[in-house]
Amino acid sequence: MDKKIRVLVAKPGLDGHDRGAKVVAAALRDAGMEVIYTGLHQSPEAIVEAAIQEDVDVIGLSILSGAHMTIFPKVLELLKKKRAQRIIVVGGGIIPADDMKKLEKKGVKKLFGPGTPTTEIIKWLKENVKTGKKRVKVQKKRRRK
Amino acid sequence: MKSLNKFLKDILKGSKPAIARAITIVENDSDYTLLKKLFRSSGKAYYVGITGPPGAGKSTLVNAIAKLLLKKKKRIGIIAVDPTSPFSGGALLGDRVRMTDLALNKNVFIRSMASRGSLGGLAQKTKDVALVLDAAGMDYILIETIGVGQVELDIAQVCDTTAVVGAVPGWSYPIIKTIATTGDGVDQVVVRIEEHRRYLTRSGKLESARKERLFSRINELIEERIRADLHKRLTTQPGLKKIIDDIYNRRRNPFDVAEKILRNSGFVF
Repeated sequence: MDKKIRVLVAKPGLDGHDRGAKVVAAALRDAGMEVIYTGLHQSPEAIVEAAIQEDVDVIGLSILSGAHMTIFPKVLELLKKKRAQRIIVVGGGIIPADDMKKLEKKGVKKLFGPGTPTTEIIKWLKENVKTGKKRVKVQKKRRRK
Repeated sequence: MKSLNKFLKDILKGSKPAIARAITIVENDSDYTLLKKLFRSSGKAYYVGITGPPGAGKSTLVNAIAKLLLKKKKRIGIIAVDPTSPFSGGALLGDRVRMTDLALNKNVFIRSMASRGSLGGLAQKTKDVALVLDAAGMDYILIETIGVGQVELDIAQVCDTTAVVGAVPGWSYPIIKTIATTGDGVDQVVVRIEEHRRYLTRSGKLESARKERLFSRINELIEERIRADLHKRLTTQPGLKKIIDDIYNRRRNPFDVAEKILRNSGFVF
């Protein structure tokens, strides 16, 4: 069976505007991905823990509260601490262009601004996400030694 | 081989990243190497199924049950199964939303699963995923699936105890008192059926549901033929009772037995 792209979609922090996150989650599902939606008000710790337990390939954060410069780096830091950097982090929301550049420098793989067509997000994910397939195969090979 | 042993050790001692990776492997691989190794350490967990229609409160109940079991110092594995869309192959898994207060508890492991190919609401692979959690030392495994009507049987087959959650009566689930022998209330049932039909037709849900059913029908027809043959082979297997006793006592594992029967059947895998 094909390994599906697994994505965790989360709304961190205090902002309660989840329409965008839900639209994206549904679009990714319709593109054949398995999307885990965690709901509102998630702490970076809870997001990273969920991402590890769900063994996702991607974390997608939706932030419209202005807290992006705190939350994205915190999530990246926790992933590093938990040795789960293979999980890539993307995001969307109201993020000024300057901040986008800074965050992408810090290790956020891609940020999508308001008005991005969902097709663009899907295309980017399909091109850039290495699913666990490779990892699983490696595991198998090692086992056979 | 050393890395597999280390990996196994990590799973058995309950390392969450190791459990998570093991589940991914089990979910995507048709290779049973890992399960065969884990099987020996399984059989200690108690399996509880929670099933019912969408919106009935299954996740909320699972969350509440888990919290109570945590107070009893139990370790809990939760498998939340949601349906895969038969057309896109994708799935939206939203059960974690109701379980956020368990997210960081070290004695809880939650995994969302898409039903993928399985039609009964319970993913074929659920049993294998449960086995991983069982071997990893969970005391309870709570399996949550959507089920309405006959489908509950599917989960009851996997679980030791199965609870069926009903929805609160309301517009979407009308409850009509009827006495079929006297005909009381039957007119109301017919009115509601017709109402429901009009709603399904208008919203386009009737067409999409019927197409999904046709897809499933083809799949069923294929599976039926193969299943009947293999079932006969299993039930007529010499010494079957002894084989099952051996598996129960962890002297053999079901994967090897299944493989042997499959090989003899001529279905080459």
